[in-house]
Amino acid sequence: MEWDWSAVDDFMPEFWDGVLTTLQVLALGSLISFGLGLVWAMALRARTRFITWPVALINEFIRNTPLLIQLFFFFFVLPEWDVQFSTLTTGVLAIGLHYSTYTAQVYRAGIDGVPVGQWEAATALNLPRGRTWFAVILPQAIRRVIPALGNYVISMLKDTPMLAVIGVLEMLQRARQQGAETFQFVEPITVVGVAFILIAYPASVLMRFLERRLVQQ
Amino acid sequence: MSSSEHNENSEHTNPAVDGSELIKFDNVTKRFGSKVVLDNLCFDVSSGKHVTLIGPSGSGKTTILRLLMTLMKPEEGTIKVGGHYLTHEEKGGKLVPAGEKHIREVRKNIGMVFQQFNLFPNMKVLRNLTEAPVHVLGLSKEEAEQRARELLELVGLTEHIDKYPSQLSGGQQQRVAIARALAMRPQVLLLDEVTSALDPELVAGVLDVLRDIAHTTDITMLCVTHEMNFARDISDDVLMFDAGRVIESGAPEKIFSDPEHERTREFLGAVL
Repeated sequence: MEWDWSAVDDFMPEFWDGVLTTLQVLALGSLISFGLGLVWAMALRARTRFITWPVALINEFIRNTPLLIQLFFFFFVLPEWDVQFSTLTTGVLAIGLHYSTYTAQVYRAGIDGVPVGQWEAATALNLPRGRTWFAVILPQAIRRVIPALGNYVISMLKDTPMLAVIGVLEMLQRARQQGAETFQFVEPITVVGVAFILIAYPASVLMRFLERRLVQQ
Repeated sequence: MSSSEHNENSEHTNPAVDGSELIKFDNVTKRFGSKVVLDNLCFDVSSGKHVTLIGPSGSGKTTILRLLMTLMKPEEGTIKVGGHYLTHEEKGGKLVPAGEKHIREVRKNIGMVFQQFNLFPNMKVLRNLTEAPVHVLGLSKEEAEQRARELLELVGLTEHIDKYPSQLSGGQQQRVAIARALAMRPQVLLLDEVTSALDPELVAGVLDVLRDIAHTTDITMLCVTHEMNFARDISDDVLMFDAGRVIESGAPEKIFSDPEHERTREFLGAVL
């Protein structure tokens, strides 16, 4: 077959819109997963089982069901409850929630890695619980897990095409649409593949750099 | 001090500063699984006294400090600090396990220095010393920093105020930890083998600081140590522990030179 540069040119306007959508999903999804994952991880350390058990249950449930099912669930069930979100918002919430159960595990490992002596010193100084978390434990825990969190961002990037099933027009879906219209699939899909590498590879290099700077220190 | 027969004895040789019992252990039992670490322990410490706990490892000395710091709770018995129950409170004439608020209130009077320093590695020395005074005692930042500077001068580390703990030697870190505990103005300072993790040449500096504090303040000290010379220097009373009980207590001159109990003689023979 022939590689047709004009097909690449034709795809460009759609492509940039797709890039924008993908990056939006990635940025907002990451924010939700980082924030919510931290809430899960701290809740799992709560002193009462009335908090830890339900949170553990929710986490296991979400982590052990496919993202695809969660996307469909949000897409079809939320409107039943009169919650009307755009497909983009629905997709972002679903992927953010899904990944929050993974980041929760990462945070948990980071929190467990803070020596017990730090908790004891905070107790000896009578620091309030919240202050112990935010001034003592989390700064030490999060520093160590930033690279691991970054790896989930890369993983999330590669899951963004799944949002196409509920109609989010991210990069790959735009390529498929372009192909369907022009019968030239190879060029748009190749462009998108290269775009994934161009986003993901520098990100993983950055993570390795952060790992050297933050973890081994 | 200690069990009743020694009580009068030590009151004689070491009259208490004001005679009041600041710390009182009443039939305290602590178990880890089936192992009894403290066995119906009774002893008390008067305000302003410096008391050293000695004895073989595993005899329950550190457990006493950890109970006082509320890092663990006794299975049986009660502990009083400054006349208040530590892990219990009185409700409707009955003793019930204390709530967080009550524990925090009583814990205010107690400070602790740990074997492993446990400084906060994410904070510079200055903030290690101001974090709790600001957020627990409610001091202004300026007041807390002023106090921190005075304490750093006391422990001889003024020039290290803007360093992170990891930039300091073990001995320097431990002196910062001592200053951090003092910044909360506790009535009682618990010292848990504070020189055991240090290189030998750094031990003297830390002990000098503690001697200084012992001789110039009226803070009550409870000290677990293997440094017998230090114990002799600063202690009003020495308690010899074995198998979760106080087997002998008295003034350091007496315990170190003329112990009554065979077990004490053995132990001192091994460490001195």
